[in-house]
Amino acid sequence: MAVQVRVPTILRSYTGGSKVVEGVGDTLAALFIDIDSRFPGLRGRLIADAGELHRFVNIYVNDEDVRFLGGLDAKIADGDNVTILPAVAGGCAVMPATSGV
Amino acid sequence: MRFDSLMDSVGRTPLVGLPRLSPSPDVRLWAKLEQDNPTGSIKDRAALWMITDGEKRGLLTPGATVLEPTSGNTGISLAMVCRQRGYRLICVMPENTSTERRQLLTMWGAEIVYSSATGGSNEAVAVAKRLAAEHPDWVMLYQYGNPANAQAHYETTGPELLEDLPSITHFVAGLGTTGTLMGTGRFLRERVQGIRIIAAEPRYGEIVYGLRNIDEGFIPELYDESVLTTRISVGPKESLRRTRQMVEEEGIFAGISTGCILHAALIEADKCVRAGQRADIAIVVCDGGWKYLSTGAYAGTLEEAEAALEGQLWA
Repeated sequence: MAVQVRVPTILRSYTGGSKVVEGVGDTLAALFIDIDSRFPGLRGRLIADAGELHRFVNIYVNDEDVRFLGGLDAKIADGDNVTILPAVAGGCAVMPATSGV
Repeated sequence: MRFDSLMDSVGRTPLVGLPRLSPSPDVRLWAKLEQDNPTGSIKDRAALWMITDGEKRGLLTPGATVLEPTSGNTGISLAMVCRQRGYRLICVMPENTSTERRQLLTMWGAEIVYSSATGGSNEAVAVAKRLAAEHPDWVMLYQYGNPANAQAHYETTGPELLEDLPSITHFVAGLGTTGTLMGTGRFLRERVQGIRIIAAEPRYGEIVYGLRNIDEGFIPELYDESVLTTRISVGPKESLRRTRQMVEEEGIFAGISTGCILHAALIEADKCVRAGQRADIAIVVCDGGWKYLSTGAYAGTLEEAEAALEGQLWA
């Protein structure tokens, strides 16, 4: 078993268009190294030069923001779901179409 | 309760127990009913505080023009306050905003400037910033970066919660401008040892995240990660399911962002039950469901409602 990682549209150029990729690793950092071996360049878009998560990238393990779980040191287990999302202006802002707060 | 004017009645909203949604007698949920504010949302607090702060700092003088990127509750709240105080309000919003929204804002007295539909909210913020630069006499209150937004909650929402629920252990609210979480969170952290401040973050459809580049991302200037205990991402399906549960089980007809918050609160409540800890969890009901009827959120199956929300900023 492995960890499923959901990749946002803007980063799918690194995954050959795949929405979901699989990887292994005990921590988020190890998982990204594993994934980068098959999808080179992806890791470089998630991690900034200083070795920290990119400011405008949000990553969730089982729906919880990893910045509150130890960041790149966050523990990962088989069967976990990892979601990558870009930071956007949402919430009580401006909404297209018919909805919003 | 008697007030000198509508604006004097902002805040002091009821806190009601959610006995049917609470998982046990020791782990209880409480809802702060912000739809009881004058224009029907929690944004009345931020709008009133930002306008009053602008007056105190001399930015707003009689007849001033206020500018803000919003087609949501903040726009409605600002329109109400601006009309009462004699200011002109211009709201910048994407051109595909619903007719219902435009009517509401126009009714309360706002003027509308459109930004391109494809640029979404990032573009509306950019257009507003450009207009502000072109018109130095216009005042952009900018809810994402205006400390008075968070201060409203530090001075009102926080104290009200602590007064009504001294045994509070958790506060759960939505993450938009971050004003509610930052202000209320800071107040409670200073006074309640071990308080958990939980952000419920709406997760939208893919179109909403369709930026050209990661570097074009946006984080509200008000956001301070250290105020939060954690941040939970909640998708449209869970948010819709919980929004319906709220009205079916507790009789509270709320907007969809409240379902998002309730979902995060129930995750925390479940952790407490399993750990055998007592908890008093306060959640925010941001607004009523009226403005979202046309989204289809309350009709048909959950799958149909979810499909209808695809591509929309529903919270």
